[in-house]
Amino acid sequence: MKWRILVALTATVVLAGAALGYVWFTRPAPATAATVSLAGPGLLVRSADGVLAVVGPDGSRRASALHCARVYAAHGTGVCLREDLGSYTVTILDADLSVTRSLPLNGLPNRARVSGSGRMASWTTFVTGDSYNGGQFATRSGILDTVTGTLAGNLENFTVGGAKPNLDANFWGITFAADDNTFYATMSTDGHRYLMKGDFAARAMQRVKENVECPSLSPDGTRVAYKRMLPDRTWRLTVLDLASLAETPLAETRSVDDQAAWLDASTVGYGVDKGVWSVPADGSGAPRLVAADAGSPAAL
Amino acid sequence: MYLSTVRPGASVEGAPARRFVTGNVLALGLVSLVTDISAEMVTAVLPAYLVLGLHLSIAQYGVVDGLYTGATALTRLAGGYVADRFRLRKLVAGLGYGLSAVAKLGLLAAGAAPGAIGAVIAVDRTGKGLRTAPRDALITLSSPADGLGRAFGVHRTLDSLGAFAGPLVALAVLALAGSGQSYDAVFVASFCAAVLGVLLLVLFVRDRRDELPPVRASLPRAFGLLRQARFRSLCVAAVLLGVTTVGDGFVYLILQRRDDLPIWTFPLLAVGANLAYLVLATPLGWLADRIGRWPVVLGGYGALLAVYLLLASGHGPLPLILGLYGLFYAATDGVLMALAGPLLPAELRTSGFALVQSGQALAYLVSSVLFGLAWQNWGVPVACLVAAGAVAVALPVSGLLLKGRTP
Repeated sequence: MKWRILVALTATVVLAGAALGYVWFTRPAPATAATVSLAGPGLLVRSADGVLAVVGPDGSRRASALHCARVYAAHGTGVCLREDLGSYTVTILDADLSVTRSLPLNGLPNRARVSGSGRMASWTTFVTGDSYNGGQFATRSGILDTVTGTLAGNLENFTVGGAKPNLDANFWGITFAADDNTFYATMSTDGHRYLMKGDFAARAMQRVKENVECPSLSPDGTRVAYKRMLPDRTWRLTVLDLASLAETPLAETRSVDDQAAWLDASTVGYGVDKGVWSVPADGSGAPRLVAADAGSPAAL
Repeated sequence: MYLSTVRPGASVEGAPARRFVTGNVLALGLVSLVTDISAEMVTAVLPAYLVLGLHLSIAQYGVVDGLYTGATALTRLAGGYVADRFRLRKLVAGLGYGLSAVAKLGLLAAGAAPGAIGAVIAVDRTGKGLRTAPRDALITLSSPADGLGRAFGVHRTLDSLGAFAGPLVALAVLALAGSGQSYDAVFVASFCAAVLGVLLLVLFVRDRRDELPPVRASLPRAFGLLRQARFRSLCVAAVLLGVTTVGDGFVYLILQRRDDLPIWTFPLLAVGANLAYLVLATPLGWLADRIGRWPVVLGGYGALLAVYLLLASGHGPLPLILGLYGLFYAATDGVLMALAGPLLPAELRTSGFALVQSGQALAYLVSSVLFGLAWQNWGVPVACLVAAGAVAVALPVSGLLLKGRTP
């Protein structure tokens, strides 16, 4: 009997040690400070392995120690949706990639955006499903005012045309105007997808146009680059003139499932085929590879 | 369970009647305690892992959840047969515990493939089904006839203790791992606990290969019970009520989503409901003795109805909903067995119980699949209203079926 008890006690200690050891050594390492800066100039991208990197104007590429599932930055403020110690968080970064604020995030990170002034940050996650193309998905989008700390964790709590949004409504792909209050986003309800124009202070949105997804407002605020769903359920990168509602299909013919980013006043960047590409915003020219092994572009 | 068996003149080796329970029973209780910690820590995180972690659709989750409970119904019968046929009870029980342990690693290996996850769950539940009957036989054979109630009491207490501790251990592992999504850490810790359970069984449980009392449960005879009208209507009522009960995982997923709870707190929902159950079970048992069992059961299903309606409305404080949910379990758990007991001849009681439980488990499989589909296609409020409607219909019908059969 004695040896049995001894074996049992030893086994308990060994097994508990094994469990604790596994738990401890598989802890995700906290992200450490990096040598890259969001001050620019350059192009911020996310490498395929999740590492955040900056491609300089000279084509040099510097990687940081920071991992993000989706990233965006403007005017020295970054938003990084990351698997922080295992659970997803929205982290707001300063120009040196130090975390200034961190919020828990439920769901798969999908879109991130910062307003041109660096003040407003937004994100979208998939709460159910992981693609906009399937019939079954649910998204959640939030906005944070990094100056006042005001947080709107879920666009579903905003009004749509003065009323509560439909129960089946999903919102995604936020983009901000220069006034740091007006924003655009996508709403889907009852099988239709709409471009929405929102007012952050009033917690209100209005429909603008149908079949406009993942809008990205141009720096001058007059146009929106977006993905337009075609009858075969692929997407065509298109630019919408907000005044005339005229649509211009861009020269990129591959299906792009991304929220585009304006690289300058006349060029749109986007991730497709594991690379960041750019194409003129007026429908002319041809797509050009800007950075290989990259996605989630943001012009610094 | 073999509570009803009588073994006149049983001489139990190394177990004088003076002892409260025999060492073998204690050892089996410890094995169950450790194994239940292992099992329940996985159960506590499984819905979050499958739906929030792997992004299975809610309908796919319904199938896995149904399988989780439904699969035991069939393997339990198989386990009883194998244990009786070969009488290598320790070996069969050990195989069962071992299978479930391996399945914990299988969860890691299965990754995000729904088919592989279903297969792993089936293996895990097969292990569970396989071990139950031989384990209960060992308890029966290791206790003097007049100490059987005590023996099972001690065993089930240790078992429940493990079930309560499981989600707490899962919570501790997640906290230690510094993340709400370190499901792999939970699975590995669960595997280690399961291995310890098997080891305790091998080291401390003595096999008993003697015959069980002569009249044994046999499946054809058990199905013969269904010819008895009263028992048949009880089975129908059990299935009916089973179909209206959606899985715990669904309830916790709805609450997590409703309140946008951080994922690491997910096991806390099970802890909360368990706590309410533990606190309420004894007073409700007392109440049932005073005012009769049927009003308490009615109250329990009333609580379930309230839970569904609150979930449909999207309102109501979290502690209230978990409390009502625990109340439902405390008021209804084991009641059908208690109702079935007097209807069954002593020698067929075990088989009769198994039949009712199998019916319930299969009903649960159906309810999980249907609720998953309803949630996916109609959304949470409608799905919950449908479930509430089902309770509202099933309750009076079951009441009629069971009328006059409540002691």
